[in-house]
Amino acid sequence: MRCIKLVGIILLFVSSMAVAGDGKLIGTAGLNTIEGSGGGGIVPWATLSGYDTRDQISASAFITQVSLPDYRLNVIGANISLFDRAEFSVARQVFGLTSLGGEITQSIYGAKVRLYGDVIYSDWPQISIGLQYKDLEDTAVAQLLGSDDTKGTDFYVAATKVHLGVVAGYNLVWNVSGRLTKANQLGLLGFGGATNDDYELMLEASAGVLFSRHFAAGMEYRQKPDNLGVGEDDWIDVFITYIPSKRVNFTMAWADLGSIAGVPAQKGLYLSVGGQLW
Amino acid sequence: MVKGLLFIAVCGLLFVTGCVSRSETLYVQLGGQAKIDEVVKNFVREIEFNNEILPFFADTNIDRFTEKFAQQLCVFADGPCDYTGDSMEQVHGGMHITEAQFNLTVDLFITAMDKANVPHRLQNQLISRMTFTRKQMLYK
Ligand code: HEM
Repeated sequence: MRCIKLVGIILLFVSSMAVAGDGKLIGTAGLNTIEGSGGGGIVPWATLSGYDTRDQISASAFITQVSLPDYRLNVIGANISLFDRAEFSVARQVFGLTSLGGEITQSIYGAKVRLYGDVIYSDWPQISIGLQYKDLEDTAVAQLLGSDDTKGTDFYVAATKVHLGVVAGYNLVWNVSGRLTKANQLGLLGFGGATNDDYELMLEASAGVLFSRHFAAGMEYRQKPDNLGVGEDDWIDVFITYIPSKRVNFTMAWADLGSIAGVPAQKGLYLSVGGQLW
Repeated sequence: MVKGLLFIAVCGLLFVTGCVSRSETLYVQLGGQAKIDEVVKNFVREIEFNNEILPFFADTNIDRFTEKFAQQLCVFADGPCDYTGDSMEQVHGGMHITEAQFNLTVDLFITAMDKANVPHRLQNQLISRMTFTRKQMLYK
């Protein structure tokens, strides 16, 4: 409920401003991650989530579903991007325990600032820093597994670059992010635990090829901590994205999330629709 | 760990693909001067129909622009031309071109290439040789 109100306030705020953001080149705004921040799908990028340039603002929203053998993750979120400088995001995750019954809900509030560069035009990659404040509402499973906390903040730095025409004439995009985190499975299983209770640096990366102005395909990798000692695995996915216009994007991915809460081999389909509202 | 290595392997593959280069110049691959002239003609047409960009060209001698722009594209594509126009700073200084207007112009240029049936992969390579001009004209 809180989340919906926030989205409403953001939309109100945004619609009262004059300059709609559509000044970036198509595709260069990227997508929305399952934690709300602009990026790929599971890795936050240095790009901000809208098509605003430094004179513009924008607002976007997305829904994402990841269907796994024993779980289902539903995410709904929104973000605003101001003057291609700062991004604020909210996301609400509902993690369905389809085998066991029940669900775990978490809200994530994110902020990101672009420090340097332009993903296409600058000589060096675009660099941004960001944070994600995570507030777990259903804490029973996290506590059962011995996690230390039910709230936590991730900090990350991301570098993203598009190289025009370098892969047999196609454009290449890559991203590398470093994240300081205590989160167990995004925070859905709490923060910290018996095995480790300190911030750890995790590496995340994406690489993709743009096969036309409207189609991209690629791969993502996300390193994960194992604070609970239940064998939390790194994540990987391969994706294809269709971007018919600056207004909307569709992504389909196959994600291998490994073992989740001790249940192995969680692989499944990732579907996401994002759109720019303003 | 295994997933990390898999990711690195795929990136390595992309890198290797990136290293395979063609010996023909971009100019030849594009189809020479005829194709460049067609693109420039289309580009002028796109500008004419764009309310945001057209005002910049209100006092422009279009014949001169067509000639100089085509020369410049030819040079960018390693073709057998000399650029005889003015520097990008001289030409665009004082126009206060915004980031959005620059990208919009790139979009018009892409449409011009699409309409001349320039393959996507050649479009990217040509654009990659033009991007350095952006810092010579943005907000100047
Ligand atoms: C990749 C980006 C660009 C390149 C390579 C480029 C190149 C050129 C060239 C070669 C000329 C002719 C120079 C001469 O007459 O000596 C020219 C003229 C001109 N350009 Fe650009 N241009 C670019 C972007 C833009 C943008 C974004 C705008 C405006 C939004 C713009 C507006 C103009 C105008 C108005 C003229 C005519 C100036 C006059 O009347 O003398 N250009 N450009």
